[in-house]
Amino acid sequence: MATTLSTKKPLAARKVKALSYNPKRPVWKERPSPFYQTVKALVLIVFSISILTPILLVVSTSLADNEQLTRAGGFVLWPERPTLEAYTTIFRGPMVIQSLGVSLFITVVGTLLALFVTITMAYATSRSVLFGRPVILAILFTLLFAPGLIPSFLMIRQLDLLDSLWSLILPGIFGAFNFVVMRSFFMNIPGELIESARIDGASDWQILWRIVMPLSKAVIAVVGLFYAVGFWNSFFNALLYINDHSKWPIQLLLRNFVVQGSGAAEQLGISTTPPPQSVQMAVVVVALVPILMVYPFLQKHFAKGVITGAVKG
Amino acid sequence: MKSTTEERPAPPVVRRPGGQAPEAGIRKVKPGKVPAQSFRSRLRRDKQMLLMMVPGAAFLLLFFYIPILGNVIAFQDYQPYMGIGDSLWVGWQNFVDLFGNPDFVHAFWNTLYLAAWQLVFLFPVPLVLALVVDSLVSTRVRRVFQSIAYLPHFLSWVLVIAFFQQMLGGAGFVNNTLRQLGMEAVPFMTNPETFPLLVVVQMIWKDAGWAMIIFLAAMASIDNSLYEAAAADGAGRWRRLWHITLPGLRPVIVLLLILRIGDILSVGFEQFILQRDAVGAGAAEVLDTFTYYTGVVGGGWSSGAAAGLAKGVVSALLIYAANKLAHRFGEDGIFAKKVG
Repeated sequence: MATTLSTKKPLAARKVKALSYNPKRPVWKERPSPFYQTVKALVLIVFSISILTPILLVVSTSLADNEQLTRAGGFVLWPERPTLEAYTTIFRGPMVIQSLGVSLFITVVGTLLALFVTITMAYATSRSVLFGRPVILAILFTLLFAPGLIPSFLMIRQLDLLDSLWSLILPGIFGAFNFVVMRSFFMNIPGELIESARIDGASDWQILWRIVMPLSKAVIAVVGLFYAVGFWNSFFNALLYINDHSKWPIQLLLRNFVVQGSGAAEQLGISTTPPPQSVQMAVVVVALVPILMVYPFLQKHFAKGVITGAVKG
Repeated sequence: MKSTTEERPAPPVVRRPGGQAPEAGIRKVKPGKVPAQSFRSRLRRDKQMLLMMVPGAAFLLLFFYIPILGNVIAFQDYQPYMGIGDSLWVGWQNFVDLFGNPDFVHAFWNTLYLAAWQLVFLFPVPLVLALVVDSLVSTRVRRVFQSIAYLPHFLSWVLVIAFFQQMLGGAGFVNNTLRQLGMEAVPFMTNPETFPLLVVVQMIWKDAGWAMIIFLAAMASIDNSLYEAAAADGAGRWRRLWHITLPGLRPVIVLLLILRIGDILSVGFEQFILQRDAVGAGAAEVLDTFTYYTGVVGGGWSSGAAAGLAKGVVSALLIYAANKLAHRFGEDGIFAKKVG
């Protein structure tokens, strides 16, 4: 990854590049053959297009006006006269707003709780501490074995959390993988720093809050975003635990309204004046946009975070 | 990781009133010996740290270890209104019934079949992508491509399926275009025969770019002088790929294969639940969906739990065996590294 991080080349090097000599290309590498260059370019372009086209298609269709939609037969790749009609339609009924509220709530509350649990656990086990080792083993065991769907369901029912938003939050507030990433980051913080704070009389909570956490902003951001994405995307838990339509998160609404297309228009509380295609696409976009918004922040740090977790572990 | 077993310092020096020399307060310790601390004093010393473990431990107990114990209903004729305590014990009967149940056997073979597709067609793609990206000289192209390739990993399966439906579904973009051109529509999303292919394509779309990240990291850590030396000895690009890059990636490939093997019985839950209606249970029923439909939807709690438990145990054994195998081949596997 190191090579991707070097951003700006000195001006001199750029000029040299213009003379078709690239300092990044080692002398011993052969000249690029036109054949391989073409193959590589094709691979990259096809892969990128296959990812970007559906997104563009969905966003464009949600913005297209009636006339163009009927002319194109349902889908447009570029809206000629963009209109927000589909969006005003879906926001007129209560369903989309409610489910957005549910998703936002479980994402925000869930992420904060998850960060608290993960940070405290990772910090406590990152120093040599009583019971540290068995606890780590108990956590890593969760990577190996899963308790299973039915027992988890029965547990949630036993806790009386069915049809409660906590059933979407609590099972997700600790992830072994995020724990490993966090802990390996904490262990790289010099022990002297912590010892000296301790000698100055700081308690462990103070050390965590005043010294360790400010030093770990990057990893906290990454892990927090991972949790947030997880909560925002949670679908299956909602399918299992939530029956009450007014407590559906956006993903479940998306499934019923778009994937199954099960005449949920009435459920959305809307009349079907604009074509359902663009309305459906508007729901897709509503579920998509928050991810697109946090993606740049995610991307800035995640490579490093993931690699510390996955390779060094 | 070994370096973290640092000892805590002796308790801070206590200055006695009366201006004694500070040395008087230091505990006398024989050189070369660490004073053994009693359990009680360690408990007192680590009080706050132990408190910090409480939320995580509570989570593990509530949502992992107690549910694991809940698997005992696989050996019962579990009745929800009677609870675990009063339900009748039936021993292995549920498992016997399960293996005699053609639906379960079908789901089992279907899972293995789909897993084989994934192993053959899904596994190499990120590696190939990583090789291509690693050979790029332009950082800008590299960065743009990586940004695009990682994105779908963060989208939910519901979104991914929605995208595929809009592109390839019966009323989707491609089929619309085909019809306008006067051609037959192709049932990409509803044909049980091509369903494995569809599943693999969806997985490649969603996660191949993301899976590439680990290979790229491993490639970046290969010593460049190896390439240089090989080139000086006259090795071409394919020779260098074969003799330097791939051996350098060996530990990572082995690690990922192990993880894959452990996951063989979980081919992708949400993906199948979401598409089961469209292609039918014949093609899309896997162990996980079987558990869901039998247990939660059908109310067969005990058979569902038995299916889930069988799957979990077999998966754990597979991972364990694969890891042993990796050790035999002289690789680290997962366990050797993970437990610091």
